Amino acid sequence: MEYVSIIFQEVYKILFLLVPLLVSVALIVWLDRRVWAFVQKRQGPNVVGPFGLLQSLADALKYIFKEIIIPSSSNKVIFILAPIVTMTLALVAWAVIPFSATQVLADINVGILYLFAVSSLGVYGIIMGGWASNSKYPFLGAIRSAAQMVSYEVSIGVIIINVLLCVGSLNLNDIVIAQQNLWFIIPLFPMFVIFFISALAETNRPPFDLPEAEAELVAGYQTEYSGMMYAMFWLGEYANILLMCAMGAILFLGGWLSPIEVYPLTHIPGALWLILKILFLFILFALVKAIVPRYRYDQLMRLGWKVFLPLSLTWVVLTASYLFYFNLLPVHQ
Amino acid sequence: MIAHSIFFYTFSFIAVISAIMVTASKNTVHSVFFLILDFISISCLFIMIGAEFLGMIMLIVYVGAVAVLFLFVVMMLNVAQQKNQWFASQESSKHIPVGLIIGTLIFFEIIIVIGGWKYKPDIFDINNSISQTSLSNTHSLGQILYTDYIHVFQISGMILLVAMVGAIVLTFRQRVGVKRQSYIKQISRERAEGVEVLEVKSNRGVKIDD
Repeated sequence: MEYVSIIFQEVYKILFLLVPLLVSVALIVWLDRRVWAFVQKRQGPNVVGPFGLLQSLADALKYIFKEIIIPSSSNKVIFILAPIVTMTLALVAWAVIPFSATQVLADINVGILYLFAVSSLGVYGIIMGGWASNSKYPFLGAIRSAAQMVSYEVSIGVIIINVLLCVGSLNLNDIVIAQQNLWFIIPLFPMFVIFFISALAETNRPPFDLPEAEAELVAGYQTEYSGMMYAMFWLGEYANILLMCAMGAILFLGGWLSPIEVYPLTHIPGALWLILKILFLFILFALVKAIVPRYRYDQLMRLGWKVFLPLSLTWVVLTASYLFYFNLLPVHQ
Repeated sequence: MIAHSIFFYTFSFIAVISAIMVTASKNTVHSVFFLILDFISISCLFIMIGAEFLGMIMLIVYVGAVAVLFLFVVMMLNVAQQKNQWFASQESSKHIPVGLIIGTLIFFEIIIVIGGWKYKPDIFDINNSISQTSLSNTHSLGQILYTDYIHVFQISGMILLVAMVGAIVLTFRQRVGVKRQSYIKQISRERAEGVEVLEVKSNRGVKIDD
Protein backbone atom coordinates (compact mmCIF):
# COMPACT_ATOMS: atom_id res chain seq x y z
CA MET A 1 0.00 0.00 0.00
CA GLU A 2 2.88 2.29 0.75
CA TYR A 3 4.17 1.88 -2.79
CA VAL A 4 0.79 2.77 -4.25
CA SER A 5 0.61 6.04 -2.34
CA ILE A 6 4.19 6.93 -3.34
CA ILE A 7 3.39 6.23 -6.98
CA PHE A 8 0.22 8.33 -6.79
CA GLN A 9 2.15 11.21 -5.27
CA GLU A 10 4.79 11.07 -7.98
CA VAL A 11 2.21 10.85 -10.77
CA TYR A 12 0.44 13.87 -9.29
CA LYS A 13 3.72 15.81 -9.24
CA ILE A 14 4.56 14.81 -12.82
CA LEU A 15 1.12 15.89 -14.06
CA PHE A 16 1.51 19.16 -12.20
CA LEU A 17 4.63 19.80 -14.28
CA LEU A 18 3.56 18.32 -17.62
CA VAL A 19 0.12 19.89 -18.05
CA PRO A 20 1.31 23.50 -17.63
CA LEU A 21 4.28 22.65 -19.86
CA LEU A 22 2.08 21.40 -22.70
CA VAL A 23 -0.22 24.43 -22.38
CA SER A 24 2.76 26.76 -22.44
CA VAL A 25 4.13 24.99 -25.53
CA ALA A 26 0.84 25.79 -27.28
CA LEU A 27 1.05 29.42 -26.13
CA ILE A 28 4.69 29.70 -27.14
CA VAL A 29 3.84 28.64 -30.70
CA TRP A 30 1.37 31.52 -30.77
CA LEU A 31 3.97 33.91 -29.30
CA ASP A 32 6.54 32.81 -31.87
CA ARG A 33 4.16 33.56 -34.73
CA ARG A 34 3.13 36.89 -33.22
CA VAL A 35 6.71 38.11 -32.71
CA TRP A 36 7.61 36.95 -36.20
CA ALA A 37 4.64 38.85 -37.59
CA PHE A 38 5.37 42.06 -35.66
CA VAL A 39 8.95 42.17 -36.94
CA GLN A 40 7.56 41.96 -40.47
CA LYS A 41 4.82 44.56 -39.78
CA ARG A 42 2.03 42.01 -39.95
CA GLN A 43 -0.64 41.15 -37.39
CA GLY A 44 -0.06 37.40 -37.06
CA PRO A 45 -2.75 35.08 -35.68
CA ASN A 46 -5.21 37.41 -33.92
CA VAL A 47 -8.66 35.99 -34.70
CA VAL A 48 -9.23 32.91 -32.53
CA GLY A 49 -9.84 33.96 -28.92
CA PRO A 50 -8.50 37.14 -27.26
CA PHE A 51 -5.39 38.34 -29.17
CA GLY A 52 -5.55 35.01 -31.04
CA LEU A 53 -4.42 33.14 -27.94
CA LEU A 54 -6.46 30.07 -28.80
CA GLN A 55 -4.96 29.76 -32.29
CA SER A 56 -2.74 26.81 -31.30
CA LEU A 57 -5.72 25.04 -29.78
CA ALA A 58 -7.61 25.42 -33.04
CA ASP A 59 -4.59 24.12 -34.96
CA ALA A 60 -4.31 21.13 -32.63
CA LEU A 61 -8.00 20.33 -33.13
CA LYS A 62 -7.49 20.47 -36.86
CA TYR A 63 -4.52 18.10 -36.66
CA ILE A 64 -6.45 15.62 -34.52
CA PHE A 65 -9.17 15.27 -37.13
CA LYS A 66 -6.76 14.87 -40.04
CA GLU A 67 -6.03 11.41 -41.36
CA ILE A 68 -2.68 9.86 -40.44
CA ILE A 69 -1.10 8.60 -43.65
CA ILE A 70 1.63 5.99 -43.39
CA PRO A 71 3.52 5.56 -46.69
CA SER A 72 3.29 1.97 -47.94
CA SER A 73 7.05 1.71 -48.57
CA SER A 74 8.00 3.09 -45.17
CA ASN A 75 9.39 1.14 -42.24
CA LYS A 76 6.19 1.31 -40.23
CA VAL A 77 7.38 0.65 -36.68
CA ILE A 78 10.20 3.19 -36.83
CA PHE A 79 8.00 5.62 -38.75
CA ILE A 80 5.46 5.67 -35.92
CA LEU A 81 8.13 5.57 -33.22
CA ALA A 82 9.97 8.69 -34.46
CA PRO A 83 7.49 11.43 -33.38
CA ILE A 84 6.90 9.58 -30.11
CA VAL A 85 10.64 9.60 -29.39
CA THR A 86 10.93 13.31 -30.19
CA MET A 87 8.00 14.23 -27.97
CA THR A 88 8.99 11.97 -25.06
CA LEU A 89 12.60 13.15 -24.97
CA ALA A 90 11.53 16.78 -25.06
CA LEU A 91 9.23 16.27 -22.06
CA VAL A 92 11.42 13.88 -20.05
CA ALA A 93 14.22 16.45 -19.73
CA TRP A 94 12.00 18.79 -17.68
CA ALA A 95 12.22 16.42 -14.71
CA VAL A 96 15.44 18.04 -13.47
CA ILE A 97 14.66 21.73 -14.10
CA PRO A 98 14.53 23.49 -10.69
CA PHE A 99 11.71 26.05 -10.36
CA SER A 100 12.87 27.07 -6.87
CA ALA A 101 15.18 25.67 -4.19
CA THR A 102 12.62 22.98 -3.36
CA GLN A 103 10.33 22.81 -6.38
CA VAL A 104 12.14 20.27 -8.53
CA LEU A 105 10.87 16.87 -9.61
CA ALA A 106 14.22 15.05 -9.40
CA ASP A 107 17.04 16.87 -7.62
CA ILE A 108 19.80 14.58 -8.90
CA ASN A 109 23.56 15.00 -8.50
CA VAL A 110 24.32 15.00 -12.21
CA GLY A 111 21.42 17.19 -13.32
CA ILE A 112 23.28 19.13 -15.98
CA LEU A 113 24.72 15.92 -17.47
CA TYR A 114 21.20 14.50 -17.61
CA LEU A 115 19.96 17.57 -19.47
CA PHE A 116 22.87 17.38 -21.88
CA ALA A 117 22.34 13.64 -22.44
CA VAL A 118 18.63 13.98 -23.13
CA SER A 119 19.12 16.90 -25.49
CA SER A 120 21.79 14.93 -27.36
CA LEU A 121 19.33 12.05 -27.77
CA GLY A 122 16.91 14.42 -29.50
CA VAL A 123 18.61 13.77 -32.84
CA TYR A 124 17.21 10.22 -32.93
CA GLY A 125 13.63 11.31 -33.50
CA ILE A 126 14.73 13.19 -36.62
CA ILE A 127 17.02 10.46 -37.98
CA MET A 128 14.40 7.76 -37.39
CA GLY A 129 11.68 9.81 -39.06
CA GLY A 130 13.88 10.66 -42.02
CA TRP A 131 15.11 7.15 -42.62
CA ALA A 132 11.82 5.34 -42.03
CA SER A 133 9.97 7.57 -44.53
CA ASN A 134 11.98 5.85 -47.30
CA SER A 135 11.97 8.98 -49.41
CA LYS A 136 14.71 11.25 -50.68
CA TYR A 137 13.94 14.61 -49.08
CA PRO A 138 13.31 13.31 -45.55
CA PHE A 139 16.49 11.28 -45.76
CA LEU A 140 18.56 14.28 -46.83
CA GLY A 141 17.03 16.26 -43.98
CA ALA A 142 17.85 13.51 -41.50
CA ILE A 143 21.48 13.30 -42.62
CA ARG A 144 21.88 17.06 -42.42
CA SER A 145 20.43 17.18 -38.93
CA ALA A 146 22.57 14.29 -37.68
CA ALA A 147 25.75 16.08 -38.70
CA GLN A 148 24.50 19.45 -37.48
CA MET A 149 23.32 18.38 -34.05
CA VAL A 150 26.39 16.28 -33.31
CA SER A 151 28.69 19.19 -34.19
CA TYR A 152 26.93 21.79 -32.10
CA GLU A 153 26.57 19.47 -29.11
CA VAL A 154 30.35 19.49 -28.80
CA SER A 155 30.52 23.23 -28.26
CA ILE A 156 27.52 23.17 -25.89
CA GLY A 157 29.34 20.52 -23.85
CA VAL A 158 32.48 22.65 -23.64
CA ILE A 159 30.42 25.70 -22.61
CA ILE A 160 28.81 23.64 -19.84
CA ILE A 161 32.33 22.76 -18.63
CA ASN A 162 33.03 26.50 -18.38
CA VAL A 163 30.07 26.98 -16.07
CA LEU A 164 30.89 23.87 -14.05
CA LEU A 165 34.41 25.14 -13.40
CA CYS A 166 32.88 28.17 -11.68
CA VAL A 167 30.34 26.12 -9.73
CA GLY A 168 32.13 22.94 -8.71
CA SER A 169 28.99 20.82 -8.85
CA LEU A 170 26.81 19.16 -11.47
CA ASN A 171 23.59 19.76 -9.55
CA LEU A 172 21.32 22.34 -11.20
CA ASN A 173 20.27 23.89 -7.89
CA ASP A 174 23.92 24.33 -6.92
CA ILE A 175 24.52 26.02 -10.27
CA VAL A 176 21.70 28.48 -9.55
CA ILE A 177 22.82 29.17 -5.98
CA ALA A 178 26.41 29.78 -7.13
CA GLN A 179 25.09 32.77 -9.12
CA GLN A 180 23.65 34.51 -6.07
CA ASN A 181 26.22 37.29 -6.19
CA LEU A 182 26.94 37.45 -9.88
CA TRP A 183 25.07 35.89 -12.78
CA PHE A 184 27.42 33.93 -15.03
CA ILE A 185 26.31 35.96 -18.04
CA ILE A 186 28.64 38.78 -16.88
CA PRO A 187 31.98 36.94 -16.52
CA LEU A 188 31.16 34.39 -19.23
CA PHE A 189 29.38 36.66 -21.71
CA PRO A 190 31.11 35.31 -24.87
CA MET A 191 30.13 31.82 -23.77
CA PHE A 192 26.51 32.94 -23.41
CA VAL A 193 26.50 34.20 -26.99
CA ILE A 194 28.01 30.96 -28.28
CA PHE A 195 25.56 28.94 -26.18
CA PHE A 196 22.65 30.87 -27.59
CA ILE A 197 23.74 30.33 -31.19
CA SER A 198 24.52 26.67 -30.56
CA ALA A 199 21.09 26.28 -28.98
CA LEU A 200 19.57 27.66 -32.18
CA ALA A 201 21.46 25.03 -34.16
CA GLU A 202 20.68 22.26 -31.70
CA THR A 203 16.93 22.88 -31.93
CA ASN A 204 16.97 23.33 -35.74
CA ARG A 205 15.71 26.88 -35.47
CA PRO A 206 16.31 29.44 -38.18
CA PRO A 207 18.97 30.46 -39.29
CA PHE A 208 20.10 26.84 -38.87
CA ASP A 209 16.88 25.10 -39.95
CA LEU A 210 18.61 23.17 -42.74
CA PRO A 211 17.07 19.80 -41.79
CA GLU A 212 13.63 21.15 -42.66
CA ALA A 213 14.55 23.89 -45.14
CA GLU A 214 11.22 24.12 -46.88
CA ALA A 215 12.58 25.69 -50.04
CA GLU A 216 15.04 22.87 -50.76
CA LEU A 217 13.78 19.83 -48.87
CA VAL A 218 10.00 20.39 -48.62
CA ALA A 219 10.14 20.41 -44.79
CA GLY A 220 12.83 17.71 -44.63
CA TYR A 221 12.20 14.85 -42.24
CA GLN A 222 8.56 15.89 -41.72
CA THR A 223 7.59 15.60 -45.38
CA GLU A 224 5.81 12.24 -45.13
CA TYR A 225 4.11 12.94 -41.81
CA SER A 226 0.53 14.05 -41.44
CA GLY A 227 -2.14 14.65 -38.83
CA MET A 228 -1.32 14.12 -35.17
CA MET A 229 2.10 12.60 -35.88
CA TYR A 230 3.20 15.80 -37.58
CA ALA A 231 1.78 17.79 -34.65
CA MET A 232 3.81 15.66 -32.24
CA PHE A 233 7.02 16.51 -34.08
CA TRP A 234 6.02 20.12 -33.83
CA LEU A 235 5.19 19.99 -30.12
CA GLY A 236 8.42 18.15 -29.40
CA GLU A 237 10.40 20.76 -31.30
CA TYR A 238 8.88 23.65 -29.36
CA ALA A 239 9.23 21.82 -26.03
CA ASN A 240 12.90 21.37 -26.94
CA ILE A 241 13.25 25.08 -27.67
CA LEU A 242 11.71 25.89 -24.28
CA LEU A 243 14.12 23.42 -22.70
CA MET A 244 17.12 25.09 -24.31
CA CYS A 245 15.84 28.48 -23.08
CA ALA A 246 15.49 27.01 -19.57
CA MET A 247 19.01 25.64 -19.80
CA GLY A 248 20.32 29.05 -20.81
CA ALA A 249 18.39 30.71 -18.00
CA ILE A 250 19.79 28.29 -15.42
CA LEU A 251 23.38 28.31 -16.67
CA PHE A 252 23.76 32.03 -17.33
CA LEU A 253 20.81 34.07 -16.03
CA GLY A 254 20.61 32.79 -12.47
CA GLY A 255 17.67 30.39 -12.84
CA TRP A 256 15.01 31.12 -10.23
CA LEU A 257 16.98 33.91 -8.52
CA SER A 258 15.57 37.42 -8.61
CA PRO A 259 17.75 39.99 -10.41
CA ILE A 260 18.32 42.18 -7.34
CA GLU A 261 18.07 40.95 -3.77
CA VAL A 262 15.74 43.67 -2.44
CA TYR A 263 12.58 43.24 -0.39
CA PRO A 264 9.59 43.13 -2.74
CA LEU A 265 11.44 41.25 -5.46
CA THR A 266 12.64 38.42 -3.22
CA HIS A 267 9.05 37.58 -2.26
CA ILE A 268 8.04 36.87 -5.83
CA PRO A 269 8.16 33.05 -6.24
CA GLY A 270 11.24 31.71 -8.00
CA ALA A 271 9.19 29.88 -10.60
CA LEU A 272 7.95 33.23 -11.93
CA TRP A 273 11.49 34.56 -12.34
CA LEU A 274 12.51 31.41 -14.20
CA ILE A 275 9.49 31.68 -16.49
CA LEU A 276 10.25 35.35 -17.20
CA LYS A 277 13.86 34.50 -18.07
CA ILE A 278 12.74 31.64 -20.32
CA LEU A 279 10.32 34.01 -22.05
CA PHE A 280 13.05 36.60 -22.55
CA LEU A 281 15.32 34.02 -24.19
CA PHE A 282 12.44 32.69 -26.27
CA ILE A 283 11.60 36.13 -27.62
CA LEU A 284 15.26 36.43 -28.64
CA PHE A 285 14.88 33.08 -30.44
CA ALA A 286 11.77 34.36 -32.24
CA LEU A 287 13.48 37.62 -33.22
CA VAL A 288 16.44 35.75 -34.68
CA LYS A 289 14.03 33.66 -36.73
CA ALA A 290 12.52 36.80 -38.20
CA ILE A 291 15.76 38.68 -38.80
CA VAL A 292 18.53 36.33 -39.94
CA PRO A 293 18.54 34.51 -43.32
CA ARG A 294 19.31 30.80 -43.47
CA TYR A 295 22.94 29.66 -43.46
CA ARG A 296 24.50 27.58 -46.20
CA TYR A 297 25.47 24.08 -45.09
CA ASP A 298 29.24 24.60 -45.31
CA GLN A 299 28.91 27.89 -43.43
CA LEU A 300 27.08 26.05 -40.67
CA MET A 301 29.77 23.38 -40.35
CA ARG A 302 32.54 25.96 -40.47
CA LEU A 303 30.91 27.99 -37.70
CA GLY A 304 30.52 24.94 -35.48
CA TRP A 305 33.91 23.31 -35.86
CA LYS A 306 36.28 26.10 -36.84
CA VAL A 307 34.92 29.03 -34.82
CA PHE A 308 32.88 27.89 -31.82
CA LEU A 309 34.88 24.84 -30.79
CA PRO A 310 38.32 26.53 -30.64
CA LEU A 311 36.81 29.62 -29.01
CA SER A 312 35.01 27.75 -26.27
CA LEU A 313 38.01 25.47 -25.65
CA THR A 314 40.27 28.50 -25.28
CA TRP A 315 37.77 30.00 -22.88
CA VAL A 316 37.89 26.82 -20.77
CA VAL A 317 41.65 27.20 -20.44
CA LEU A 318 41.22 30.89 -19.60
CA THR A 319 38.54 30.27 -16.97
CA ALA A 320 40.50 27.43 -15.40
CA SER A 321 43.74 29.41 -15.24
CA TYR A 322 41.98 32.48 -13.86
CA LEU A 323 40.25 30.47 -11.14
CA PHE A 324 43.46 28.62 -10.32
CA TYR A 325 45.70 31.69 -10.27
CA PHE A 326 43.41 33.73 -8.00
CA ASN A 327 42.65 30.68 -5.88
CA LEU A 328 38.92 30.94 -6.60
CA LEU A 329 38.35 27.29 -7.43
CA PRO A 330 35.17 26.14 -5.67
CA VAL A 331 35.93 23.48 -3.07
CA HIS A 332 33.23 21.21 -1.75
CA GLN A 333 33.58 19.32 1.55
CA MET B 1 14.07 -3.57 -2.18
CA ILE B 2 11.33 -5.26 -4.25
CA ALA B 3 11.01 -2.28 -6.55
CA HIS B 4 14.79 -2.21 -6.88
CA SER B 5 14.99 -5.81 -8.03
CA ILE B 6 12.02 -5.38 -10.37
CA PHE B 7 13.83 -2.50 -12.08
CA PHE B 8 17.12 -4.39 -12.11
CA TYR B 9 15.63 -7.45 -13.78
CA THR B 10 13.65 -5.36 -16.28
CA PHE B 11 16.71 -3.42 -17.41
CA SER B 12 19.02 -6.43 -17.52
CA PHE B 13 16.39 -8.44 -19.43
CA ILE B 14 16.07 -5.64 -22.00
CA ALA B 15 19.87 -5.36 -22.19
CA VAL B 16 20.39 -9.08 -22.86
CA ILE B 17 17.50 -9.38 -25.32
CA SER B 18 18.56 -6.34 -27.30
CA ALA B 19 22.19 -7.51 -27.34
CA ILE B 20 20.99 -10.76 -28.90
CA MET B 21 18.78 -8.86 -31.34
CA VAL B 22 21.76 -6.76 -32.50
CA THR B 23 23.21 -9.86 -34.12
CA ALA B 24 19.95 -11.65 -34.89
CA SER B 25 17.98 -8.96 -36.72
CA LYS B 26 18.28 -9.03 -40.50
CA ASN B 27 18.00 -5.31 -41.07
CA THR B 28 21.27 -3.53 -40.25
CA VAL B 29 19.53 -0.33 -39.20
CA HIS B 30 17.38 -2.29 -36.76
CA SER B 31 20.59 -3.76 -35.34
CA VAL B 32 21.89 -0.28 -34.62
CA PHE B 33 18.62 0.66 -32.93
CA PHE B 34 18.86 -2.44 -30.74
CA LEU B 35 22.45 -1.47 -29.93
CA ILE B 36 21.18 1.93 -28.81
CA LEU B 37 18.53 0.27 -26.65
CA ASP B 38 21.28 -1.88 -25.16
CA PHE B 39 23.40 1.17 -24.34
CA ILE B 40 20.45 2.90 -22.71
CA SER B 41 19.53 -0.05 -20.51
CA ILE B 42 23.17 -0.54 -19.50
CA SER B 43 23.36 3.10 -18.47
CA CYS B 44 20.16 2.59 -16.44
CA LEU B 45 21.92 -0.29 -14.69
CA PHE B 46 24.91 1.98 -13.99
CA ILE B 47 22.60 4.54 -12.43
CA MET B 48 20.96 1.84 -10.31
CA ILE B 49 24.24 0.82 -8.67
CA GLY B 50 24.87 4.48 -7.84
CA ALA B 51 27.36 5.22 -10.63
CA GLU B 52 25.28 8.11 -11.96
CA PHE B 53 28.23 9.90 -13.58
CA LEU B 54 29.24 6.82 -15.58
CA GLY B 55 25.64 6.22 -16.60
CA MET B 56 25.21 9.75 -17.93
CA ILE B 57 28.59 9.75 -19.70
CA MET B 58 27.59 6.44 -21.29
CA LEU B 59 24.41 8.09 -22.58
CA ILE B 60 26.20 11.20 -23.85
CA VAL B 61 29.20 9.54 -25.48
CA TYR B 62 27.84 6.24 -26.77
CA VAL B 63 24.19 6.98 -27.46
CA GLY B 64 24.49 10.68 -28.21
CA ALA B 65 27.57 10.60 -30.41
CA VAL B 66 28.99 7.17 -31.34
CA ALA B 67 25.70 5.46 -32.16
CA VAL B 68 24.58 8.47 -34.21
CA LEU B 69 27.66 8.03 -36.39
CA PHE B 70 27.00 4.27 -36.64
CA LEU B 71 23.48 5.00 -37.78
CA PHE B 72 24.77 7.64 -40.15
CA VAL B 73 27.07 5.14 -41.89
CA VAL B 74 24.66 2.21 -41.87
CA MET B 75 21.83 4.26 -43.35
CA MET B 76 24.03 5.31 -46.26
CA LEU B 77 24.53 1.67 -47.29
CA ASN B 78 21.86 0.19 -49.46
CA VAL B 79 20.87 -2.53 -47.03
CA ALA B 80 18.19 -4.30 -49.06
CA GLN B 81 20.39 -4.64 -52.11
CA GLN B 82 23.39 -5.77 -50.13
CA LYS B 83 21.41 -8.43 -48.30
CA ASN B 84 20.46 -10.12 -51.54
CA GLN B 85 23.98 -10.00 -52.97
CA TRP B 86 25.68 -11.17 -49.85
CA PHE B 87 23.48 -13.84 -48.32
CA ALA B 88 22.26 -15.42 -51.53
CA SER B 89 25.69 -15.99 -53.04
CA GLN B 90 27.92 -18.98 -52.43
CA GLU B 91 30.82 -16.67 -51.69
CA SER B 92 29.63 -15.92 -48.19
CA SER B 93 30.34 -19.49 -47.06
CA LYS B 94 34.04 -18.89 -47.78
CA HIS B 95 34.19 -16.44 -44.89
CA ILE B 96 32.72 -18.80 -42.32
CA PRO B 97 36.03 -20.46 -41.24
CA VAL B 98 37.73 -17.09 -40.71
CA GLY B 99 34.80 -15.89 -38.62
CA LEU B 100 34.83 -19.10 -36.60
CA ILE B 101 38.55 -18.78 -35.82
CA ILE B 102 38.21 -15.17 -34.70
CA GLY B 103 35.09 -16.01 -32.70
CA THR B 104 36.73 -18.87 -30.78
CA LEU B 105 39.80 -16.73 -30.12
CA ILE B 106 37.71 -13.96 -28.59
CA PHE B 107 35.69 -16.51 -26.63
CA PHE B 108 38.83 -18.00 -25.03
CA GLU B 109 40.21 -14.53 -24.32
CA ILE B 110 37.02 -13.66 -22.45
CA ILE B 111 37.24 -16.91 -20.46
CA ILE B 112 40.86 -16.16 -19.51
CA VAL B 113 39.93 -12.62 -18.44
CA ILE B 114 36.96 -13.76 -16.35
CA GLY B 115 38.98 -16.62 -14.83
CA GLY B 116 41.73 -14.25 -13.71
CA TRP B 117 39.26 -11.66 -12.37
CA LYS B 118 39.85 -10.31 -8.91
CA TYR B 119 39.28 -7.03 -7.16
CA LYS B 120 42.38 -5.02 -6.45
CA PRO B 121 42.58 -4.43 -2.72
CA ASP B 122 43.35 -0.70 -3.00
CA ILE B 123 40.34 -0.13 -5.24
CA PHE B 124 38.28 -1.77 -2.54
CA ASP B 125 39.67 0.69 0.01
CA ILE B 126 38.73 3.57 -2.23
CA ASN B 127 35.20 2.22 -2.41
CA ASN B 128 35.02 2.14 1.37
CA SER B 129 36.36 5.66 1.69
CA ILE B 130 33.70 6.88 -0.71
CA SER B 131 30.93 5.52 1.45
CA GLN B 132 32.56 6.99 4.57
CA THR B 133 33.15 10.54 3.39
CA SER B 134 29.92 10.65 1.34
CA LEU B 135 31.73 12.29 -1.54
CA SER B 136 29.66 12.49 -4.69
CA ASN B 137 30.36 10.09 -7.50
CA THR B 138 31.90 12.70 -9.77
CA HIS B 139 34.24 14.04 -7.08
CA SER B 140 35.59 10.63 -6.12
CA LEU B 141 36.13 9.64 -9.77
CA GLY B 142 38.03 12.87 -10.37
CA GLN B 143 40.15 12.38 -7.28
CA ILE B 144 41.32 8.98 -8.49
CA LEU B 145 41.63 9.85 -12.16
CA TYR B 146 43.62 13.05 -11.77
CA THR B 147 45.96 11.91 -8.99
CA ASP B 148 46.93 8.21 -8.93
CA TYR B 149 46.10 7.39 -12.53
CA ILE B 150 46.93 10.69 -14.22
CA HIS B 151 49.59 9.15 -16.51
CA VAL B 152 47.35 6.33 -17.67
CA PHE B 153 44.59 8.87 -18.22
CA GLN B 154 46.81 11.17 -20.27
CA ILE B 155 48.23 8.28 -22.31
CA SER B 156 44.75 7.05 -23.19
CA GLY B 157 43.88 10.58 -24.30
CA MET B 158 47.01 10.68 -26.49
CA ILE B 159 46.10 7.32 -28.05
CA LEU B 160 42.66 8.65 -28.95
CA LEU B 161 44.22 11.77 -30.45
CA VAL B 162 46.64 9.69 -32.53
CA ALA B 163 43.78 7.51 -33.74
CA MET B 164 41.82 10.59 -34.72
CA VAL B 165 44.72 12.16 -36.60
CA GLY B 166 45.42 8.83 -38.29
CA ALA B 167 41.84 8.44 -39.46
CA ILE B 168 41.84 11.95 -40.91
CA VAL B 169 45.18 11.43 -42.66
CA LEU B 170 44.03 8.13 -44.18
CA THR B 171 40.76 9.47 -45.55
CA PHE B 172 41.89 12.94 -46.54
CA ARG B 173 42.31 13.56 -50.24
CA GLN B 174 42.92 16.82 -51.97
CA ARG B 175 40.44 17.19 -54.79
CA VAL B 176 41.32 19.33 -57.75
CA GLY B 177 38.94 21.44 -59.74
CA VAL B 178 36.55 22.11 -56.86
CA LYS B 179 35.25 25.65 -56.58
CA ARG B 180 35.55 26.90 -53.05
CA GLN B 181 34.19 30.06 -51.51
CA SER B 182 36.65 31.90 -49.32
CA TYR B 183 35.13 34.22 -46.74
CA ILE B 184 38.15 36.45 -46.54
CA LYS B 185 38.20 36.93 -50.31
CA GLN B 186 34.48 37.65 -50.40
CA ILE B 187 34.56 40.16 -47.57
CA SER B 188 37.76 41.94 -48.58
CA ARG B 189 36.57 42.64 -52.13
CA GLU B 190 36.63 46.35 -52.87
CA ARG B 191 34.58 48.37 -55.28
CA ALA B 192 37.65 49.20 -57.33
CA GLU B 193 38.35 45.58 -58.32
CA GLY B 194 34.72 44.60 -58.77
CA VAL B 195 33.27 47.46 -60.78
CA GLU B 196 34.71 48.89 -63.95
CA VAL B 197 33.17 51.79 -65.81
CA LEU B 198 33.58 51.55 -69.56
CA GLU B 199 32.89 53.90 -72.39
CA VAL B 200 30.67 51.88 -74.74
CA LYS B 201 30.61 52.91 -78.34
CA SER B 202 27.33 52.47 -80.12
CA ASN B 203 26.94 49.34 -82.29
CA ARG B 204 30.23 47.96 -80.98
CA GLY B 205 29.51 46.64 -77.51
CA VAL B 206 32.24 45.66 -75.04
CA LYS B 207 33.87 42.40 -74.25
CA ILE B 208 33.74 41.60 -70.57
CA ASP B 209 34.64 38.51 -68.55
CA ASP B 210 37.45 37.09 -70.66
